[in-house]
Amino acid sequence: MIELQHLSKRYGGGRATAPVVALHDLCLTVPEGCLFGLLGPNGAGKTTTLRILCTLLAPDAGSVRVGGIDGLTDPRAVRNLLGYVAQEVAIDKILTGRELLTLQGDLYHLPRPRRDARIEELIALLGMDAWVDRRCGSYSGGMRRRLDLAAGLLHSPRLLVLDEPTVGLDIESRSAIWQVLRRLRDAGTTVLLSSHYLEEVEALADRLAIIDNGRVIAEGTPTELKAALGGDRVTLRVREFSDQEEALRVQALLQGCTGVRQVVVNQAQGFSLNLVIEHEGVVEALRRQLAEADLPVFALAQSRPSLDDVYLQATGRTLMDAELAVAGSRDAKAERKQSMR
Amino acid sequence: MTTANPALTEPNPGSANGPGASALAEISQETLALTRRLFVQLARRPSTLVAGVLQPLIWLVLFGALFAKAPEGLLPGGMSYGRFLGAGVIVFTAFSGALNAGLPVMFDREFGFLNRLLVAPLRSRSSIVLASVLYITALSLVQSLAIMVTAALLGYGWPGAAGLLLVLVTLLLLVFAVTALSLGLAFALPGHIELIAVIFVANLPLLFASTALAPLSFMPTWLGWLAALNPLTFAIEPIRAAYNGDFSLSAVVLQAPYGDLTTTACLGLLAALASGLFLAIRPLLDRKLS
Repeated sequence: MIELQHLSKRYGGGRATAPVVALHDLCLTVPEGCLFGLLGPNGAGKTTTLRILCTLLAPDAGSVRVGGIDGLTDPRAVRNLLGYVAQEVAIDKILTGRELLTLQGDLYHLPRPRRDARIEELIALLGMDAWVDRRCGSYSGGMRRRLDLAAGLLHSPRLLVLDEPTVGLDIESRSAIWQVLRRLRDAGTTVLLSSHYLEEVEALADRLAIIDNGRVIAEGTPTELKAALGGDRVTLRVREFSDQEEALRVQALLQGCTGVRQVVVNQAQGFSLNLVIEHEGVVEALRRQLAEADLPVFALAQSRPSLDDVYLQATGRTLMDAELAVAGSRDAKAERKQSMR
Repeated sequence: MTTANPALTEPNPGSANGPGASALAEISQETLALTRRLFVQLARRPSTLVAGVLQPLIWLVLFGALFAKAPEGLLPGGMSYGRFLGAGVIVFTAFSGALNAGLPVMFDREFGFLNRLLVAPLRSRSSIVLASVLYITALSLVQSLAIMVTAALLGYGWPGAAGLLLVLVTLLLLVFAVTALSLGLAFALPGHIELIAVIFVANLPLLFASTALAPLSFMPTWLGWLAALNPLTFAIEPIRAAYNGDFSLSAVVLQAPYGDLTTTACLGLLAALASGLFLAIRPLLDRKLS
């Protein structure tokens, strides 16, 4: 359904500022009928990728094909077959939700009866009938997002593209949107969403790509990606608060055990130990080993590898750390400028 | 939510209307929808319209009274100052209204609403510009008519049927030209602060350096030259002539330092200006809207 090849994009590079490389030779393929997640920290290039896909932005290099159509030479045909739900909800506060949907329907050239019928269907689907005739200025974040989703679905697109559709939403709105996305996929629509919530992508996506620094660093189904890492995760604390010396001693002891692949001391979590083990049976061997050495076990938690471990493996940092690293360097004003025409 | 909801049944295989839909029908559908939005905004937030009518009314009443006792025969053709001023205020009203045409577009750029329009498969993105032109033209004409009626009630005269037609044509040309300028600025300037600053700075000097408030004969040579080159003057003088009753397309309405201009010449200059400006902003619009 979507084929992005070797996309590059840089912003700025004026007299005073160095250019910011947003995309670096990014390639991405999304199969038809798939619910596809684009996972990455803020600033990884997710929004830029989606804006290029939706013909709002021209890449510096690379090619865009959507449904077999070249997005760079025939952008109007691409616009016709995709619905885009942007990150900041651009609504007209003075219009009511229904008026906004009517406007949207006219911009997509729906014949009037079909337009009005579609609006009714979507009002019912997204539970908007209580407030759709109120002005958008009075809507909560969840209402706006639902209205925007309705606008994106109005022309029954084959492909729905959503940029962080649930960021900042309450749980109820979030699960309502998730449910709609799943059902769209079941009805044959290809859905591409970006997110920096691991659990969102984990819960929703059939396939996902992790992007970081403007390129795809891992791609596959969630199960594939986690299986590729292999092993179970164990977090171990011998006491509630160990000191470094004790942690290093335990590390040396456990590193020798059969079935233990890796032992890392996590200083940030009070010198707890993070282990990667071959299989569940190793846990019992660990407990025996610790008992023989007369060491207590304050806490021992075992888990399957998560997408965060996938991200950690690929980038050497956790998604949360990556978020914190970019949080300070992002300039809201500069970003608004980028999206302005 | 039921599982049998028709909203989720089938994705649409292709273009909404199929290839058979005519381009003209699609362009008018999108243009009408965009124009309707601007009018709904106006109806729910009418302060722009109210201020746009009040401001020239205040000019007309206060400025007209300021020179009410000007000696007879001071103005060309023995006009009263109120009648003289009427034409100036009508043109100024249309001018300032059109100068604001870019503001809604600028706010759409800033709030990201323009992106919603640009991601839609518009048949022609000129629809966005066309909607603004339709809206501002209608708004300016309504404001100007309100001023004309008030001027008539104040005893400053009425141009008559043929004169009214001339007034409307003149205003249309001026409004097109200024709207083009304002839309160009809305896409060229970085934000609404800059746009409002330009509007603010352009407004009054263009009024003073025109024949809206005083005839050319009152002005020092340098200001006379400026006024005789000011497009507002090309709109004011034909309307003033129409108000004065001596309405003819070939009558000389402006004795500029560089030569005499007839009504036809003034309208021709305005038409040239309007089309020139639209051609000039075309590359800018193409760049921003492609």
